Amino acid sequence: MRTIRIASGQGFWGDWLEAPIRQVRGGPIDYLMMDYLAEVTMSIMQKQRARDPAVGYAKDFVPLMERLLPDLVQRGIRVTSNAGGVNPCACAEEVVERAQGLGLGGKVRVGVVTGDDILDRIGELTARGHRLANLDTGEPLEAVGDRVQSANVYLGAQPVVEALERGAQVVITGRVTDTGLTLAPMMHEFGWAADDWDRVAAGTVAGHINECGAQCTGGNCLVGWEHIPNMADPGYPVVEAREDGSFVVTKHEGTGGRVTVASVTEQLLYEMGDPETYITPDGVADFTTIRLKQDGKNRVLVSDVRGRPATDSLKVSLSYLYGYKAVGTLVYAWPDAYKKAQKADRILRQRLDRLGLDFEEILTEFVGVNATHGRLAGEPDPDLAEVQLRIGVRAQEAAPVRRFTREIAPLILNGPPSVTGFAGGRPKVEEIVAYWPALVPKSEIQAEVDIFEA
Amino acid sequence: MTKSRRKAPRGTRRMPLLRLAHARSGDKGDTANIGLIALRPEYYPVLEREVTAARVTRHFRGIIKGKVERFELANLNALNFLLHGALGGGGTLSLKTDAQGKVFSTALLRMEIAVPRGLDVD
Repeated sequence: MRTIRIASGQGFWGDWLEAPIRQVRGGPIDYLMMDYLAEVTMSIMQKQRARDPAVGYAKDFVPLMERLLPDLVQRGIRVTSNAGGVNPCACAEEVVERAQGLGLGGKVRVGVVTGDDILDRIGELTARGHRLANLDTGEPLEAVGDRVQSANVYLGAQPVVEALERGAQVVITGRVTDTGLTLAPMMHEFGWAADDWDRVAAGTVAGHINECGAQCTGGNCLVGWEHIPNMADPGYPVVEAREDGSFVVTKHEGTGGRVTVASVTEQLLYEMGDPETYITPDGVADFTTIRLKQDGKNRVLVSDVRGRPATDSLKVSLSYLYGYKAVGTLVYAWPDAYKKAQKADRILRQRLDRLGLDFEEILTEFVGVNATHGRLAGEPDPDLAEVQLRIGVRAQEAAPVRRFTREIAPLILNGPPSVTGFAGGRPKVEEIVAYWPALVPKSEIQAEVDIFEA
Repeated sequence: MTKSRRKAPRGTRRMPLLRLAHARSGDKGDTANIGLIALRPEYYPVLEREVTAARVTRHFRGIIKGKVERFELANLNALNFLLHGALGGGGTLSLKTDAQGKVFSTALLRMEIAVPRGLDVD
């Protein structure tokens, strides 16, 4: 049976820069999938584009392509990536320019997928009765008024398939689902119909495994973590997809990490909701049907995935300006480290209270005692070497948060003793851009595919 | 470790989940999910019986604000839990160190459960 090899080169914007290079040069692959987008990423990019219309995409992608294009052309490897963010065309133009600079003019076709950005259409959509209500709280979008910063529909694999059919070697998209970037090459290569629900679901499961990079090949894996080999050079996943919808998850020979039923199962359950109903624009995958089997060293066979028809809605990811926050920290040393940190927290809270500052929330954590597991961590050792006091505040207005950031440092001289760890200076006031999930009917959204020639 | 005051029922012994399962957690808005996976297939029925949504709700009392849902994936010897109101508002709003619920996984593995004496546990 024919197989194609789809490698994951990037699990998020900020992932290991070496990973895609190693995926391309470290063994045979047909496709390189790179996922760059998360909810918050889109709003950051939208803000960047508002200041400069030439940006608003994953900037790392362009120099990466410049480094890789000669190899990609020589080996006939194709790329699917949502690096385009809120400005896929600008990203594609940059890649085309770099390709020409490398003497690859006439040899690289770049596909661009747009149509996900509906920021300019919100008024029109709501006027026609689409409330874009918050999926979690049910609130209508009017609640956030004119504070919306970005609005992007999650597109599926279809427009990426179209770009591949039109000969794109590199497909750059806006908000296409992470899973669609892995599913699209399978649909394209095997000619799967869009309503072949079991195979669409299988490709979606492959995408879910691929989308977090090394998190399925030994990264962040709890089972036997101390003995996972050579994590300085972890192999990123390669999906060997077969025409019948089954696939093997593996990694290149000679790389570190480990691919086992346990490592793949952990990733399957990552960010999982109802496992029978994993909804994407392409279809609904049932994770309770998946069969896993160790198929040799560092090879896991995935089969029997069942799917159901796609829904008639698409998810929209909106972001809006919510308010401000800041987090300050100080470190207290033995003896009585925890007691000192607790005392400092009480003093700080009294001072904030006297200043009459109004916060939505003040949260204190003691790192080394309870920051990760709360009361489940139990009582700490009274002889602890050190404790970090970590205190955060949030407000709709910037002013009280800014005042808070001036109240940490004074504690060094006018609070409990044996305190250090303030070299970073005053904490920074951060703007909070919050996330607003909603649905929109599929009939309202038209994805577009353009081809840019180098 | 949270020690249960209850004695282990006849024919069982109490031990932390860590000895029978591994886990991974993540976020969706203000909800944390925990995938709990049996270290051996024969442990799965014990997890299914012992680690109920009600027990997990009690375990995280005071730490999460909403309810707990449980889903079974017998095919993967795994359970998936959704912990609502777990992340201090979630995403960018949260002030928590673990704003994305990454270590709720091991917080669950602290839970003590009753395990049949006949079951071979490493």
